Amino acid sequence: MSLTEGPILTAADLAGNGVYGDDPDGHGKFGVFGGRFVPEALIPALDEVAAEYEKAKNDEEFLREFDHLLRTYAGRPTTLTEVPRFAAHAGGARIVLKREDLTHTGAHKINNVLGQALLTRRLGKTRVIAETGAGQHGVATATAAALLGLECVIYMGAVDCERQALNVARMKLLGATVVPVTNGSQTLKDAINEAFRDWVTNVDRTHYLFGTVAGPHPFPEIVRDFARIIGVEARRQIVELTGRLPDAVCAAVGGGSNAIGIFHAFIGDEGVRLHGYEAAGRGLETGEHALTLTAGSVGVLHGARTYVLQDEEGQTIESHSISAGLDYPGVGPEHAWLKDSGRAVYEGVSDAEAMEAFALLARTEGIIPAIESSHALAGALRLGRELGPEATILVNLSGRGDKDMGTAMKYFDL
Amino acid sequence: MTTLQTVFSKARAENRAALVGYLPAGFPTKEGAVAAATAMVEAGCDVIEIGLPYSDPLMDGPTIQDAVHRSLSNGTRIADVMRTVEGVAATGAATLVMTYWNPIDRYGAGRFARDLANAGGVGTITPDLTPEESAVWLQESKDAGIDTVFLVAPSSTEDRIGKVAKICTGFVYAASLMGVTGARESVGSAAEGLVARTRRHTSLPVCVGLGVGTGAQAAEVAAYADGVIVGSAFIRRLLDAPDEASGLASVRELGAELAAGVRR
Repeated sequence: MSLTEGPILTAADLAGNGVYGDDPDGHGKFGVFGGRFVPEALIPALDEVAAEYEKAKNDEEFLREFDHLLRTYAGRPTTLTEVPRFAAHAGGARIVLKREDLTHTGAHKINNVLGQALLTRRLGKTRVIAETGAGQHGVATATAAALLGLECVIYMGAVDCERQALNVARMKLLGATVVPVTNGSQTLKDAINEAFRDWVTNVDRTHYLFGTVAGPHPFPEIVRDFARIIGVEARRQIVELTGRLPDAVCAAVGGGSNAIGIFHAFIGDEGVRLHGYEAAGRGLETGEHALTLTAGSVGVLHGARTYVLQDEEGQTIESHSISAGLDYPGVGPEHAWLKDSGRAVYEGVSDAEAMEAFALLARTEGIIPAIESSHALAGALRLGRELGPEATILVNLSGRGDKDMGTAMKYFDL
Repeated sequence: MTTLQTVFSKARAENRAALVGYLPAGFPTKEGAVAAATAMVEAGCDVIEIGLPYSDPLMDGPTIQDAVHRSLSNGTRIADVMRTVEGVAATGAATLVMTYWNPIDRYGAGRFARDLANAGGVGTITPDLTPEESAVWLQESKDAGIDTVFLVAPSSTEDRIGKVAKICTGFVYAASLMGVTGARESVGSAAEGLVARTRRHTSLPVCVGLGVGTGAQAAEVAAYADGVIVGSAFIRRLLDAPDEASGLASVRELGAELAAGVRR
């Protein structure tokens, strides 16, 4: 069946492939990771979301509506683009991009947001709140809220508001209230704290439209399932394009939603290597990085047990990355589990390497990627040289770089 | 060492509710916290909760966030928390630690429970530790002989209240409203109902916290609860004071007002 005919999404697509590392257990655990570490006040709301999602994912009407929005509003399916001029810098390996940058609002975040916005309506709630780092999840949430007529409040670290000013303006234009968060490190982690505080206060009419595969159960599962379409499409498409499965799949990892989104459909394919790239920032040795899986330790942050950047007494250490979307000291519990099980491999990519890949893709292929996605591109360059010219590497180009032009202008003195 | 059981029997004998005060360790300074908590005890607090300052206090409102931020900036460590407990327990008040789970998890649950018991602490309040995740902590606390207090909230179902009450020892903490910590104009109307619902599941004392900050509110809550918990209002007094001496005087004044409230 061609990708442009028939439903692009089925219940099976949403519910997972049932092969390996599938759904969390009854307590929301992926192995020892995940679970719920939240105030008791929020447990009924989390139970409500989990129960409604269980109903929704098996409801033909819900699936049809989600599918319809993904197709006619988000612009799915997104295409694959092979990038030979870029790949020439990767030892000649074939590099193929999954173009999530071409979705409406310019990043993969729209997939999860449309699913959860529909879920919000099913829950009978009229208000959504969300955290945002780079502003992409905030923009996507504001977009879906406008589409479905929901009140929308976005929490964003004051530092991020500054480096992503364009996205702040977009959210406001879309009718959202943007609240700059001025406590703590004034970045994504503090925006999440603030969103939780809002949620516990206004939970009767509010859904917390969580933006990544972190947080308490059921968010890691729901966000993953709504992002799964990336990998489901890409797996069919790359077989169509190359006649076989790729040798490796690369994605950037902050909280981890785009990475789980593209990895998940390949988890059962043993020959396909899964590579996640975290932000090494200014380098591991400087302490200014977001190497949660690579250099962090197991702890609890934002309601889940996972890898965390923390000191020996459990205080969160502030992360750093040139990309706001990867600047997070935690990571989704399923990634923690994939790391420990050895199924996925996680490495760091520095600010400098990411910016080099950012400029290289622009110059060689005419595509300006998000700086987040540039970490995956840099990883693919490295991996291509290692795997050799026979290899095919699929990269999740999770977002476009328009929002990053301010950073790029400063970095490259444009 | 004064136990929670002693505190609540004494309060019951006096036909009043117990007064519970909260203060983070290391705030306004490491030594200042012991001085302020001592002032709270002298003014009439029966129980002191020493907050363990944590970088991501997601159920705390702006006042406690501010105090915790200052405390962490002062370099407060878990050893300082234990020293603070020791200093406060020496006043004769039953002294607990209130903390998010991750610092205990990272420090080592057994080590934390033992160190707290050795410092004279009588237990912990762990607001983000759910019954499903509590097994290790319950065992370690039992072994160290300290109490485990958990929270119920107005949104809690009967099933949840039952699960939480079952793992509490010492008392059950009833959050008066849906929201974060911080003094409010009025105590949530849901509090009384929640206390009544909680009593159907346990014979333990039930204390009410969140939003209580005046003598009148303390009296209102004391009419149906076994204990009244006040945190942000004490901290506000210290934050607003021009110097340490006037801060302590202000804390004493509030403590006396609240102590009169629980006796009305």
